[in-house]
Amino acid sequence: MSERVTFRGGGFTPERRRGVGLVVFVLLIAMAEWGTRTGWITSLTLPRPSDVALTFGELYQSGQLFNHLVPSLTRLVVGAALGATAGITVGVLIGLFSLVRAGLVPLVAAIFPIPKIALLPLFVIWFGIDEASKYALIAFGTFTPTVVATYGAVDNVDRTLIRMGQSFGLSWRSIVWKIVLPGAMPGILSGLRISLTIAIILLVAAEMLGAEYGIGAYILNAGSLYDLERLFAGVVILSVLGVIVSYGIGMVEKRLLRWRV
Amino acid sequence: MPPLLRSPTLDLRARNIHHQYGETEVLRDISLDFPSGRIVCIVGPSGCGKSTLLRLLGGLEKPTAGEVLQLGAPPAGCLNPLTYIFQDFALLPWRTVEGNVSLVLEDHGLGAAERAQIIADVLVRTKLSEFRAALPKQLSGGMKQRVAIARALAVNPAVMLMDEPLSALDAQTRELLMDDLVGLWTRAPFTAVYVTHNLAEAVRLGHQIVVLSRRPGQVRDVVEIDLPLAERAHGDAMLERQQQHLWGLMRDEAAAADAELLHV
Repeated sequence: MSERVTFRGGGFTPERRRGVGLVVFVLLIAMAEWGTRTGWITSLTLPRPSDVALTFGELYQSGQLFNHLVPSLTRLVVGAALGATAGITVGVLIGLFSLVRAGLVPLVAAIFPIPKIALLPLFVIWFGIDEASKYALIAFGTFTPTVVATYGAVDNVDRTLIRMGQSFGLSWRSIVWKIVLPGAMPGILSGLRISLTIAIILLVAAEMLGAEYGIGAYILNAGSLYDLERLFAGVVILSVLGVIVSYGIGMVEKRLLRWRV
Repeated sequence: MPPLLRSPTLDLRARNIHHQYGETEVLRDISLDFPSGRIVCIVGPSGCGKSTLLRLLGGLEKPTAGEVLQLGAPPAGCLNPLTYIFQDFALLPWRTVEGNVSLVLEDHGLGAAERAQIIADVLVRTKLSEFRAALPKQLSGGMKQRVAIARALAVNPAVMLMDEPLSALDAQTRELLMDDLVGLWTRAPFTAVYVTHNLAEAVRLGHQIVVLSRRPGQVRDVVEIDLPLAERAHGDAMLERQQQHLWGLMRDEAAAADAELLHV
């Protein structure tokens, strides 16, 4: 009597499945479209996807799309760049110097949970109602998660590599630039993935005050009129921005972290 | 077999070294000489402080008492007199083979041409020339350790401090690398302190074998082996005898050390 041994290994490893993400999107949208057409979903509950697409088309054709997109992207890029740069710098300093760590980690922990939107009036008083306060809000919101991710990444750099650098008499500068920073890069990039997404969230908040143009202003404007088609058209733009940011970081990771096993 | 000594030479001397971590005494009254041109192996039961001793010798840790002295001057062109080779290789995963060697040359104000020449030279000596552009993740354990050896050779060290360099490798790779080390030494004798728990490695590579007792580590015995490195073959009867002798010295200590860990 013989019995074949049954296979019981395998699994538990993420595999690449192309196109599945797209299928989920398409299915959800198709369901909404079908629901609103048959009346199963009333148009008050959810706008019809094709109407949203139409609204988006109008927005594009009237040239309004770029009138909204350009100021928003500028705010996003300037704010996030300021916040991420400051965050990485402070995070590295915390990682390298015990004194800075002792002084700033509690402060960062205190700032982190504050909803930055709550500070909007303060920013307006400090930086005025113009662009500066919007940059500041986005920068501030990007700053804290970047700091936390960066000093965590610096802490996680393999100490044996640092000892190796010291044992070969490398200068402090060399150890930081050639061992600590590249070693912390994976952690910094995955931190940026989160903090740049937060920057997009804060973009809408920043445009709540005194912004005539901008995706956030457009969404808030549509929201206050209960114009769901326009609201959704704006939301779709934000989602696409999020996907682009995530893809961009993915590309950077691929380039910079080729060495990873 | 007088080794061809480069002059000037540098000897290393440990004088009355004591070391403790908190309450735990790790090393007690270690006095040893590491003469130039010879390989001194340090063996001992696990946890006897042999790796700690090596870190003290190269200045990566400060002894609680006692001192480590450099006698003489490092050879000409020496960029880093006391150079380590680590058990886990300590290669930068984001640099290629060439880049990893280049790392230790970049802080010395050498010209690009001079650097390239040193790199090419050490890669030839370690038989790595064709892998110069490979990343560490593409290399086997044995090759990674050869890169680390190349990196150490690049700074033209006066003393190589080797911390269980072959312990992370499989038995066959270990044999091959031992042959490589013997070849390197025979062509250009270097000074080395070689820490290992593997007695076969010790009798194969050591001109002198220092046996440490279990914690706190003390010098239990020093064994000299006069047979030239190049003539020591795998399975040589004299070496087998030496290995047996060393094991006799260590056996009870190792058993006691092993039992000790259970009720720490």
